[in-house]
Amino acid sequence: MSRAELSAAGLYHRLMVYTLFFILLLPLLGTLLYSLSTDWSATILPSGMTFKWYVELWGDPRFLAAFGHSLLICVGALLLSAVLILPLLFVVHYHFPRLDGLMNILILLPFAVPPVVSSVGLLQLYSSGPLAMTGTPWILIGCYFTVALPFMYRAITNNLQAINLPDLMDAAHMLGASTWKAAFLVVLPNLRKGLMVSLFLSFSFLFGEFVFANLLVGTRYETLQVYLNNMRNSSGHFTSALVISYFLFVLILTWAANHLNKDKS
Amino acid sequence: MSAGLEPNSPTQTLPTSTAPALDRAAGVPAQGLLQRLRSTFRGKWLALLCLLPFALFFAVFQIAPLVWVATNSLNAADGWGLGNFTEVFGSPFYRQAIKHSLQISFWSSLLGIIIAVLGSYSLRQVDSKLRDFVMAFSNMTSNFSGVPLAFAFIILLGFNGALTILLKQMGIIEDFNLYSKTGLIILYTYFQIPLGVLLLYPAFDALRSDWRESAALLGASNWQFWRHIGLPVLTPALLGTFVILLANALGAYATVYALTTGNFNVLPIRIASLVAGDIFLDPNMASALAMVLVGLMTLVTVVHQWILRRSYHVTR
Repeated sequence: MSRAELSAAGLYHRLMVYTLFFILLLPLLGTLLYSLSTDWSATILPSGMTFKWYVELWGDPRFLAAFGHSLLICVGALLLSAVLILPLLFVVHYHFPRLDGLMNILILLPFAVPPVVSSVGLLQLYSSGPLAMTGTPWILIGCYFTVALPFMYRAITNNLQAINLPDLMDAAHMLGASTWKAAFLVVLPNLRKGLMVSLFLSFSFLFGEFVFANLLVGTRYETLQVYLNNMRNSSGHFTSALVISYFLFVLILTWAANHLNKDKS
Repeated sequence: MSAGLEPNSPTQTLPTSTAPALDRAAGVPAQGLLQRLRSTFRGKWLALLCLLPFALFFAVFQIAPLVWVATNSLNAADGWGLGNFTEVFGSPFYRQAIKHSLQISFWSSLLGIIIAVLGSYSLRQVDSKLRDFVMAFSNMTSNFSGVPLAFAFIILLGFNGALTILLKQMGIIEDFNLYSKTGLIILYTYFQIPLGVLLLYPAFDALRSDWRESAALLGASNWQFWRHIGLPVLTPALLGTFVILLANALGAYATVYALTTGNFNVLPIRIASLVAGDIFLDPNMASALAMVLVGLMTLVTVVHQWILRRSYHVTR
């Protein structure tokens, strides 16, 4: 290829990447502008800029409560997931490697069964009786565990395969450690990175979960997404400030996860 | 929660109980084998016990609801049987919901994958600084979906949206209704793009750059290269990504709910309105519709696994 052809191709690729970036940026940029403008209707550009929507939002106790609820539920769900999934992974990979095949089918279930389908059964099963928990944050913590499961299982499995679990356990046993001790003091620290990255990323998508939160709990324990949806009839500038605040928070989390991921390599 | 954690405690005795058992076994040769067998069994059983809390939570929050839905989808008003399903496929209203779901999923997946292919191929050809930045941004926007995304689109493309007005003034469009099928396809396409880029970007690894040079040396044109080498090599990855995008769009509920407050007729909206709506509730009917959706998703998942197996064979 000649030099002219090469630079033409280079220009084309740069143009495509900028287009992709622009397409993805556009809705965010629009929302950001809207959240900062005093008034913006029936014109292309807003008429004035202000911070008052953010001040109003962060002074709203209902918003702060919803934010706190979301934080609590996500942290609770991730703690539960870690407590349930780590022993599972250890037992599957150390004692029953054949179960990994079965697990790989089981973790497809949360994909093949959308939250709206699970909700139908959950609403009927747990609205009354011994396990009555719809309308409480507990049911969300349990459901979010199933949402995070496939992702955490895959991420930590990759990490486990990278550290070569059987050899590591044999080495620990040979040096006199019990299985229990080896699992806690040798294997767990080696999984720290994979666990942290998967926790951060799971947090960022659990934080945006709406279907379970709205159908199973609703306003009885309002999460951020449900609050956002209920605020639909208030000023669009106000909801924009909410969207941007939410996105900034998720952005910081994803950035932290990426940062952790980069340290590893 | 504490009830779920309790079954964990017996496993703490796992290492201490197996070790003395082995010592004893060495001292009594006649019973040694039996005892050793027993202790290995006990080790395995204790390990299995370790799986119990997980199994319990998974059963309560994943299996049980699915089983309830599957069972009650067969519980029709006129007794057990396929009554609900005949009603679903006989009613024009439910058929429309299924049709809309399939149409929106298909077109948004197709548009999404085209943009993702063009974007991720070009991403590999630009300098690493720009690439890393746009990749990171694309990954971030994959979390921008559901309610916030719907609101952002209302601001941009709603009746008084900035972009709608701009395009109207430029004379490109006469009118645009975000709350229509076309509007939803555009909205869905947006949340398909980051996922498509994420899945397709690694797929281009299969396309080695020296193939392109060899093809050019042998006189192949750009078009011939893509027609005979590029696309056939990428086909499994493209199909695999396409079905994941399909599944992603089929199950999507939050975006369309937030945009149309549940007034647009797609499957997830119908299901939810039958269990949590304000007009009339029919959980059994909802179950039948849910099973239709699960059937579609299962089909997609099975096809995906099949393609995955084939593509693995190809790359080897």
